[in-house]
Amino acid sequence: MQINETPQYSIETKDLSIFYGTFKAVSNVSMLIEKQKVTAIIGPSGCGKSTLLRSINRMNDFVPNCHVTGELLMRGQNLYGSNIDPVEVRRSIGMVFQKPNPFPKSIYENIAWGARINGFKGNMDELVEQSLRSAALWEEVKDVLKKSAYELSGGQQQRLCIARTIAIQPDIILMDEPASALDPISTLRIEELMQELKKNYTIIIVTHNMQQAARVSDYTAMMMLDKEGSRSGTVIEFSETKKIFTNPKDKRTEDYVTGRFG
Amino acid sequence: MNPTDNHYPEGQSFRNSLNSRYRVASIWQALFFSALLIAMLSLAALLYNVVDGAFGYVAYEYKNDPAEFSAKPLDDLNKQELLDILKANLSDGAYNKLNNEQAMEKRSKSDLYTLVLERLIQIDTKQTWSMTASIFDANEVKAEAAKKYPEAKLEFRSWLTPIFLTTPMSSKAEFAGVRTAILGSLWMVGIAILFALPIGTGAAIYLQEYATKNFLNRIIQTNINNLAGVPSIVYGMLGLAIFVRALEPFTSGSIFGITDSNGRTILSAGLTMGILVLPLIIINGQEAIKAVPDSLRQAAYGIGATRWQTIWHHVLPNALPGILTGSILAVSRAIGETAPLIVVGASTFISLDPEGPFSKFTALPIQIYQWTTRAQTEFHSIAASAIIVLLVLLLTLNAAAVIIRNRVQRKY
Amino acid sequence: MKQENTTLENKNFRPLDLKKKLRPGESVIQSLLFMSGILSIFITVAIVYELGKEALLFFTTPGVTLTKFFTTTQWSPGIGLFGIWPLVTSTLITSAIAIFVSLPLGLSAALFLSEYASPKARATLKPILEVLAGIPTVVYGYFALLFMTPLLQSIFGDAVQVYNMLSAGIVMGIMILPLISSMSEDALSAVPRSLREGAYAMGATKFETSIQVVLPASLSGVGAALIIGISRAVGETMIVAVAAGSGPNFTFNPFKAAETMTGHIARISGGDLSYNSIDYNSLFAVALMLFLVTLVLNLVSQVIVERFREKYE
Ligand SMILES: Nc1ncnc2c1ncn2[C@@H]1O[C@H](COP(=O)(O)OP(=O)(O)O)[C@@H](O)[C@H]1O
Ligand SMILES: [Mg+2]
Repeated sequence: MQINETPQYSIETKDLSIFYGTFKAVSNVSMLIEKQKVTAIIGPSGCGKSTLLRSINRMNDFVPNCHVTGELLMRGQNLYGSNIDPVEVRRSIGMVFQKPNPFPKSIYENIAWGARINGFKGNMDELVEQSLRSAALWEEVKDVLKKSAYELSGGQQQRLCIARTIAIQPDIILMDEPASALDPISTLRIEELMQELKKNYTIIIVTHNMQQAARVSDYTAMMMLDKEGSRSGTVIEFSETKKIFTNPKDKRTEDYVTGRFG
Repeated sequence: MNPTDNHYPEGQSFRNSLNSRYRVASIWQALFFSALLIAMLSLAALLYNVVDGAFGYVAYEYKNDPAEFSAKPLDDLNKQELLDILKANLSDGAYNKLNNEQAMEKRSKSDLYTLVLERLIQIDTKQTWSMTASIFDANEVKAEAAKKYPEAKLEFRSWLTPIFLTTPMSSKAEFAGVRTAILGSLWMVGIAILFALPIGTGAAIYLQEYATKNFLNRIIQTNINNLAGVPSIVYGMLGLAIFVRALEPFTSGSIFGITDSNGRTILSAGLTMGILVLPLIIINGQEAIKAVPDSLRQAAYGIGATRWQTIWHHVLPNALPGILTGSILAVSRAIGETAPLIVVGASTFISLDPEGPFSKFTALPIQIYQWTTRAQTEFHSIAASAIIVLLVLLLTLNAAAVIIRNRVQRKY
Repeated sequence: MKQENTTLENKNFRPLDLKKKLRPGESVIQSLLFMSGILSIFITVAIVYELGKEALLFFTTPGVTLTKFFTTTQWSPGIGLFGIWPLVTSTLITSAIAIFVSLPLGLSAALFLSEYASPKARATLKPILEVLAGIPTVVYGYFALLFMTPLLQSIFGDAVQVYNMLSAGIVMGIMILPLISSMSEDALSAVPRSLREGAYAMGATKFETSIQVVLPASLSGVGAALIIGISRAVGETMIVAVAAGSGPNFTFNPFKAAETMTGHIARISGGDLSYNSIDYNSLFAVALMLFLVTLVLNLVSQVIVERFREKYE
């Protein structure tokens, strides 16, 4: 089962292209994503960042006509292989969305539900507490666990969504612009949280905020439409964040990170 | 044309033409509004017409003089005396039949009083007057009654009474009630919903959550929209051919050992009505499911929920108020539908409460239809009363739907 | 075990098993749901099959020919008269009257509600139409027979028979009004704001804008409403069964009684009807015609609405 496993990396893409019908939204991406690191995906809007991210846990399965070519490996297993169960994939690769989307249930239930459907048999109260602690939300909500999640602020809701994801104990957490709908203080807390989480998880985050990428990530993938006139996005440069921001190889990356883009 | 040439009216003359444009506009606006006024007036006329029929003066005669049965005035008799009169004057067969339906000793005094009136004295209604005439032209009504029917008693009557609700059918308008009809309607609607709600919701879930955009699913969707527009009487014909006739052994209950019935049962009517409201339930269900935001589904999928887990735990609970509202609307539709029931053979005269799905039955709108099409005006009066009962029932249902809709405020 | 379940420690080396799981429950449920969806197709097939089968029996009865069916003007299958026309003409006349009443009223109401009424006025006026739409048709039947007919008799005198097509048609028009109004209103409000603003910016008054710009732009939507209205009128049973007359009658005089297709089905099937009789079979022939006519009308209306929606999306 674990043949071919490259312990250092948790995700590897090989010539991955993603199509909506005949439209190739993302073309020929090959990269290695390191374990227990934060990898940021940056780039102008519409270049396929979300598309790429959502292909990693097969959320794109729900988009009719969306399909991929190439390979997407998680610890050696091709996630698009014919014998792979997409539900298992999503269980192992959690996701936090752009807009906080808690369930219209109590705070407690928001976390317990995912654990329950995934067959969790341990102490639920303990799991809820630990998840909330890991998401740095426990202190704020420990007395109101029975309240509706909708009564929390936007930033709290987003941390609840993170807690909910942690509770199912995934290997990888995907985040699609998790702070873009939040105020600066909430954003800061989420960023701090990421630093905490990467001790245990591999994190891939999409952001259009350069500073954020620079602050939180270890690696950065720079995406662009691959050429003038084309509408396909691709990763034009992928390396350590430091390098991307201080010494980019690609001229377009340099223009973009220094704000000369567009 | 030289751009500096001015062919437009200027100043005062422009203002005049503008004013006349405004005048035309306001006339039309008034005309548009009058359409709504007509709608309002029609509604008012309809309601008034119904109420007008349900109350008013009645001129009636006794076929047999009460004095033949009792020396005392009937109103002063106690229960035992009434019972004795019935025993003495009814044939043994008739008395035993009544006794079998409900033990005579156990009946209330007013029941017995009604029986004496209905069976022995026998009321003969000569004429009824509308509520309006009875109130505003009371003297003329009295004069007319005195002239035409010198023997008759004149009485202001409300045809809609609590007794009307709890009495079974009778061939005499004065003694008829809607008890059997209401029970028949409830049974029928119950079966219809039991059949259509699970299937309709299932179909709505399939179409919204599973169906891809392929040919088959497009056909299903178009077909459902079309079924919603098929005339109800065609559903009646379908029910007649399939439930009443082809499936008679099942719908009559004969495979369950019930022998005295044919396929024209509550079950046939309920299933027919279920098929009739099915498209309505599906379309409403689809709307309700569509209103559940996608972010909720994504959240569930994102933590490894399967499709059904997502639907069952998140989509359905959030769509539930909408689905409920939709089924209440379906119930309202089923309660008011008449034509399919005529076709599948609702009986028009049933005085026994329906006992189960294999009973013959009548329904509220069937009674209204029957009574409306009778020539005697006293039947129009009970038709009007039955309409009031039906409308109140529908109003209650719709109020319930509104309350459900408002109770569950949208959270997202 | 307990430790492994509750700890949130790094489990990066836990075995990763992404193999397809058997989820029989999911598949069973999905098939059940699919069957619920496909049932509607079976219903349509059953309608066509059952009506068609009995109608075929009718048309193959000795003495019945399509020519007779469509060219003679007396209908009484029991005694060998097979001309459908009296039922068709009365259906057309009552429907035409209904449309004549409901189209101008419904469209005017829609124009007022979508172009003129304040949100508050709309909130009070629309429920009235909704109540009208929710009244069972048998109640409209009562209204036609016991209100509209006496009213018409007091206006036009004795020429108006107790059962007559005019009364039934008018009341049917009132019944259809809410439908036409709400569909037209949808069509009017689908016209984009930019179009109205364009007209206003050229100095058009509100009335000129709504009649000369908005209404033409929404005409196909209004057409769809009209077609659905016709379909409803043709298929409506109780009003005509109560008020239009009980007996086929080939006449074009709306003051006279004449039975429509639906009214005929209701009256005959409400009596004692024995299976396998020519009467029984003939009803299915009439019902099949009714089904096909309304099917075509509904389909056309659906296509128009879809086109219209695409145009402004
Ligand atoms: N569901 C979809 N169907 C078709 N095209 C889509 C869909 N989602 C996104 N796209 C297209 O794919 C491209 C990339 O979109 P996206 O991944 O959302 O970009 P980003 O997240 O970088 O802004 C865009 O051109 C967008 O229009
Ligand atoms: Mg995006």
